[in-house]
Amino acid sequence: MAKQSIVPFGPQHPVLPEPVHLDLVLEDEVVVKAVPSIGFVHRGLEKLVETRDYKEYVYIAERVCGICSFGHGMGYCQCLEKIMNVEIPPRAAYLRTIWMEMSRVHSHLLWLGLLADALGFESLFMQSWKLREKILDMFDATTGGRVIFSVNCIGGVLKDMDGGMLKAIADTVDGMERELRPIAEAFLRDYTVGTRLHELGVLTAEQADAMGAVGPMLRASGVSRDTRKLGYAAYGELEFEPITARDGDSFARCEVRIRELFQSFDLIRQAIRKIPAGPIAVPVRGNPGGEHFMRIEQPRGEAVYYVKANGTKYLDRFRLRTPTTSNIPPMLELLKGCQLADVALLILTIDPCISCTER
Amino acid sequence: MAKAKLAKSPWMLHYDGSSCNGCDIEVLACTTPKYDIERFGIINTGDPFQADILLITGGVNHQSESVIRQIYSQMPEPKVVVAVGICACTGGVFKDCYNIKGGIDTVIPVDVYVPGCAARPQAIIDGVVKALAVLQQKREAWAGRRRGEA
Repeated sequence: MAKQSIVPFGPQHPVLPEPVHLDLVLEDEVVVKAVPSIGFVHRGLEKLVETRDYKEYVYIAERVCGICSFGHGMGYCQCLEKIMNVEIPPRAAYLRTIWMEMSRVHSHLLWLGLLADALGFESLFMQSWKLREKILDMFDATTGGRVIFSVNCIGGVLKDMDGGMLKAIADTVDGMERELRPIAEAFLRDYTVGTRLHELGVLTAEQADAMGAVGPMLRASGVSRDTRKLGYAAYGELEFEPITARDGDSFARCEVRIRELFQSFDLIRQAIRKIPAGPIAVPVRGNPGGEHFMRIEQPRGEAVYYVKANGTKYLDRFRLRTPTTSNIPPMLELLKGCQLADVALLILTIDPCISCTER
Repeated sequence: MAKAKLAKSPWMLHYDGSSCNGCDIEVLACTTPKYDIERFGIINTGDPFQADILLITGGVNHQSESVIRQIYSQMPEPKVVVAVGICACTGGVFKDCYNIKGGIDTVIPVDVYVPGCAARPQAIIDGVVKALAVLQQKREAWAGRRRGEA
């Protein structure tokens, strides 16, 4: 057996903006084992639910993560709406869907930029992030915030979009779709990008299913599973099919995310066409009692929300299982046998969100 | 000559204390074409040994405390620290969480505070430009001390 050495990776690492620490056990240049240690971003915000009013806690839930912010707020509100038997108005459901899909566009473009940066393809990183600014401008115009919007409330949403704003979003989406095509071409056709991504970190469909991978990671291995198909918010009334790829390698994960961007553009357009008129929120009175589970599809995959209420304005428990938590076991499996130089890239292809995971 | 060059091209280092990512992606957005912090000669580096400005997002927790101390001690003098976002300034909404110690200034000295949740790129750029002035002052004081010693 070759001599083993341990290389520490992180917590401060140029490729990943977030702190994660891995001890990589190497034989020559090949990783034989990766031991993660986490807790650098742990805040303990689930515990805050016991001391905050359940309506105020929406703002804390949105700050679980700055990238998937809207989805976390929505998941928490949907749980409480089920517990309290509140039916949100159809317009609010559509507005949530539009914001959720816009969040997906911003998250996937962010990931594409970080991937290009990890490859050392600086101009592609800049192009992806330049395009992402357009969707952030739309968030700014519709909600007043760029990354954290605080527009969810229990019983609906806090802000409406008028006809002019919806048309502006549709126009922006059309323009972005045109501008995304050459960027997508660069990711999917470029020789250098291809050599770094093809056949790197292959996860078979059986492995992905058995280890509980979620989101683009699972769909890239050929398993057609998308929580949006449950039909929460307005997804039940929109037409779409889960996007899958067959190979299960890093390139497939990149391809799935790029095709999901086009799918999200389509979903936004569909939602804008079908959005009904009406109120955007219903008043909610009283305190919740009971418990509920809720699943929603975040940009990174399926997130599970659990809320337990005791009839007072303070909840007993708020629990969240994030997509990255589910994707870490397959990632550790993928790291075995890869080259040291590919470690950062492989970690990136699961689109890790450490602040979601550690909360 | 070397002094003039340093003043025009400080390098920045970003570390996520325990933030929610919101400020992190805004710090990164500052380096991209729309906001372009590189026009001030700033390069985003990953190496503490070459950094002049440390941007920290998020409050301090018990695990990240030693990491922040270590990064700060690895940076060469003179150096400035910018606390980005309300969590880095005071702990923000997470102040009451059991694992949060408070703002960055509970661990290392902070020169510029940038409020906001999440801090906007314009505010971050403003904070960094203020940090440049602080860096210049510190550099002159540091050079003066060295002349005094010699």
